[in-house]
Amino acid sequence: MKKAMRWLLIFTLLAAVLAGCGAKENGSGGETKAQGENGGETKAQGDGDIYRTLDEIRESGKIVIGVFSDKNPFGYVDENGKYQGYDVYFAERIAKDLGVEIEYVSTEAASRVEYLKTGKVDVILANFTVTEERAQEVDFALPYMKVALGVVSPDSALITSADDLKGKTLIVAKGTTAETYFTENYPDVKLLKFDQYTEAYNALLDGRGDALSTDNTEVLAWALQNEGFSVGIESLGDLDTIAPAVSKGNTTLMEWINEEIEALADEQFFHEDYKATLEPVYGSEVDIDSLVVEGGKVE
Amino acid sequence: MQDLGIRVLFMGNNFLRLLGGLWITLKISLLAVALSVVLGTLLGAVMTIKHPVIRAVTRFYLEFIRIMPQLVLLFLVYFGLTKSFGINLSGQVSAVIVFTLWGTAEMGDLVRGALISIPAHQYESGAALGLTKAQIFLYIVIPQTLRRLVPLAINLTTRMIKTTSLIVMIGVVEVLKVAQQIIEANRYTVPDAALWIYGTIFFLYFLACWPISLLASWLEKRWKN
Repeated sequence: MKKAMRWLLIFTLLAAVLAGCGAKENGSGGETKAQGENGGETKAQGDGDIYRTLDEIRESGKIVIGVFSDKNPFGYVDENGKYQGYDVYFAERIAKDLGVEIEYVSTEAASRVEYLKTGKVDVILANFTVTEERAQEVDFALPYMKVALGVVSPDSALITSADDLKGKTLIVAKGTTAETYFTENYPDVKLLKFDQYTEAYNALLDGRGDALSTDNTEVLAWALQNEGFSVGIESLGDLDTIAPAVSKGNTTLMEWINEEIEALADEQFFHEDYKATLEPVYGSEVDIDSLVVEGGKVE
Repeated sequence: MQDLGIRVLFMGNNFLRLLGGLWITLKISLLAVALSVVLGTLLGAVMTIKHPVIRAVTRFYLEFIRIMPQLVLLFLVYFGLTKSFGINLSGQVSAVIVFTLWGTAEMGDLVRGALISIPAHQYESGAALGLTKAQIFLYIVIPQTLRRLVPLAINLTTRMIKTTSLIVMIGVVEVLKVAQQIIEANRYTVPDAALWIYGTIFFLYFLACWPISLLASWLEKRWKN
């Protein structure tokens, strides 16, 4: 008994340690490969890879998509337990056009890359901003949305261009793109920084600053709820795009998604998506084209 | 405006969804606790053996689990095993494994502590009365150990139930995540839902942990005489 126990422990520990080392190796580069069962009948690069190819997904009749479950209005769960939102609307369309069922996995911002690296989901559609670091770990398809900075200010002294801000106080949250952007490009603007968004918005309400800047989607939603405030600048600074992501090397699936996005441009699918999911939150006065990307083309 | 927040709780299936989340929480934590109690008791007994190799191995296991944050362990089992060995476990199975590994380590140390806290004269007195080794364990050591163990084991159990809120990181939607989903889904229509939902969560966790505390005090009372 004691001996058996000892071996059990040794085995458990070894497994844990090996898993740890393995994870590190993969992190520092190199292709992730599973030693599990082979894909078999699939195409050239299909066998032994961690992800499922387009054919494998079709065959299984089910696509696994990672979405947010608590990011209204992009991905959230309604009171009946159904997934909803801008990302989900697109996910439903993907499944429909592929002719497969859909299985949602609730992901967190920090685990999105891991899900793809282990092939536990086929696609991530979780408001995933394209960055260079991420592009080294996963493959991004064409974008379907874009985000930039927005500036919200009181109607009585509306700021409509970045030059209006000279010599005025702009409220930002620490560590955001707004902070870096204004520090680098508009050194004349006085920045009032806060750790949390709630504090920052409260400061604007109290009149401690002339305007507030953060992601345009956020300020648009906020301005709609707070009377007397409007978004004078809807799109400013470096444009970030949001795109579906697949496991590194899963070209069959990525190409299919790209074709899908291009084809959907004809029916202005993402405008429709916007109207169904985002418009109730951002209001009808927002210029849709400042947020939505059709056919993967960013001007 | 006062009744706005609580309205969220009765919209659609929200309350049922919360209960469903609680069931996931309880299923995973209680399964892990049950396994931990059995394995931990064995481990604790093994840990009292004065053998350098056994000592080193058990000590290493305990320290490894103790130092590693549970979140790292979850990632290692859920993502790490897939990456390194192609073993694809579901989120719930991974959660039970991690919580059992953790519970076993901590429970083992508690059992070890309780065992060595029985003074040597208890063993000697038993032997002097002519009891066999098995009898000494059964009638003298185990009853005393159990009494010392109960409050500690209860602490561990409730701590494990509450720590399950981490498993959302590996895609398992438990009670706290359902709460966040409900709050977020109503972010624009019912901004003060958070207070009510978290209040309900507090109540649900209380309902889950209170019977365990009751059981503990009942046991302590019963064993007093």
